[in-house]
Amino acid sequence: MQHDVVIAGFGGQGVMLMGRILAYAGMRQGLQVSWLPSYGPEMRGGTANCTVVLSERPVGSPVVEFPRALLAMNLPSLDKFEPKVKAGGIVIVNSSLISRPCRRDDVRVVQVAANDLAIEVGNPRGANMVALGAYAAVAGVPAWDRVEEVVRETFARKTDLVEKNLAALRRGAEAVATGATASPAVAGA
Amino acid sequence: MARKLMKGNEAIGEAAIRAGCRFYFGYPITPQTEVAEYLARRLPEVGGTFVQAESEVAVPNMLYGAAGTGERVMTSTSSPGMSLMMEGLSYLAGAELPCVIVNVMRAGPGLGGILPSQGDYFQATKGGGHGDYRCPVLAPWSVQEVTDLVQDAFDLADFYRNPVLVLADGLIGQMMEPVEFQEDRRPCKALPDKRAWAARGWKGDRPRAIINSLFLDPEDLERHNRDLKAKYDAMVRDEVRFAEYGTDQDYEVLIVAYGTVARVCKTAQEDLAEAGVRVGLLRPITLFPFPYEAVRRAADKARAVLVVELSTGQMVEDVQMAVMGRRPVHFHGRQGGMLPSPEAVAEQVRAILRDHAAGPSARRRASRRGGAS
Repeated sequence: MQHDVVIAGFGGQGVMLMGRILAYAGMRQGLQVSWLPSYGPEMRGGTANCTVVLSERPVGSPVVEFPRALLAMNLPSLDKFEPKVKAGGIVIVNSSLISRPCRRDDVRVVQVAANDLAIEVGNPRGANMVALGAYAAVAGVPAWDRVEEVVRETFARKTDLVEKNLAALRRGAEAVATGATASPAVAGA
Repeated sequence: MARKLMKGNEAIGEAAIRAGCRFYFGYPITPQTEVAEYLARRLPEVGGTFVQAESEVAVPNMLYGAAGTGERVMTSTSSPGMSLMMEGLSYLAGAELPCVIVNVMRAGPGLGGILPSQGDYFQATKGGGHGDYRCPVLAPWSVQEVTDLVQDAFDLADFYRNPVLVLADGLIGQMMEPVEFQEDRRPCKALPDKRAWAARGWKGDRPRAIINSLFLDPEDLERHNRDLKAKYDAMVRDEVRFAEYGTDQDYEVLIVAYGTVARVCKTAQEDLAEAGVRVGLLRPITLFPFPYEAVRRAADKARAVLVVELSTGQMVEDVQMAVMGRRPVHFHGRQGGMLPSPEAVAEQVRAILRDHAAGPSARRRASRRGGAS
């Protein structure tokens, strides 16, 4: 089984870091992984994105045209990648910044108010961690402990950030578990 | 050492350091600038020297001077920069100077774009610069392989006293994958003593070392050309590298692809196998010397050959030369920085098999269609 995910947002939202944490965690779990940034002529204010592939067999193409999952941190990202997600896939929507509903009815849509929840846990810059926590909880791969482990290591040099980011990560997972922020897909909207 | 997640460009830089490279000259260009960035930081830590040249035209001349002292030297660039280095590359080959040149290819021609391509195959394998020279060309398909091949490239360069090219595409440079550096790595060739020819200061104890590519006496130059030819023949004899996947089984179509594209083809091969369609895959790792015999042998087992490249068709000519008309050779290419999907490659294979089932006239049509795509 291959788990591939496109993580997209504004430049500065930390989407590249989210992807690296996923890739690292996957590698720790013994999976084959690749992380590929968009390095095309992206416009300021447009979308930056990266593609992460986690697989039990060697990764074929690191470019994934139709991903199994999308983590959309802003509206342009949802507009661009929503139509491409494979049927039966996962779409995580940052509902703090995206007001429109997801148009697909053949994927699992999880609305997470990432920015609001980040502020709630006292880490306003941790929206990316909230969304990452939500994704990891929904996807189940890589294993939760591995994700936490890599988050700890990523911020190891700034110890105060470790706990803040872990709190944001866990808040994202909790939001999925309680279902408080999950909403059914709106067909044909 | 434990596996580390590294970007291809950074892995190239680290591989060079570990291979003993202490001089890097380069000029920034997307998508390989992180190689220079990495080495600008790392080289001073190991007592090395990083120089940003005034342009790519100057770079091979800096390599020339530093390589002439017997040090391990390197540059990296991307397609338009490679073109600017061609004059100097010819001089390096003529003067028999070992050096490593990494080309992280982007789409062309001209300034083209910054996304991955394999459009520099002809330039790398069939000359590029003027005169009658060859360079070994190594083509990695993963971040791990590029770290291994960059280190091998330094050994091959020293062994043959010749520039060695590493031909990667933008994906290899930009993507992150797990990498492991072997701590007790041994050179892939027995390394000759460079003191026999290097110019490191003359103390009157031996003939002066003169590094030169000018031979005005035609008899001298022809002798030099024949010496070079003997070297290139040895490369052809001893350095062919390739990998085969599923060619020990029976298969109907042989796919030939190199670099990142070969990974897409490998996925297509696995997907097709699940659907009961048997495909063999041959991946050249050295593009010069090209694995002609291996391709011929593998093609003989198939009904047809499919070459997939990020170009309008360059390596396909070497495959045709290998196959010598014994099997139809089809081509599927993407350009401009676009990548074929595994599904698209699988569909090409199915189309070839449909045409073969339909008979010889359909095959001729298919061949023409494939050649134009």
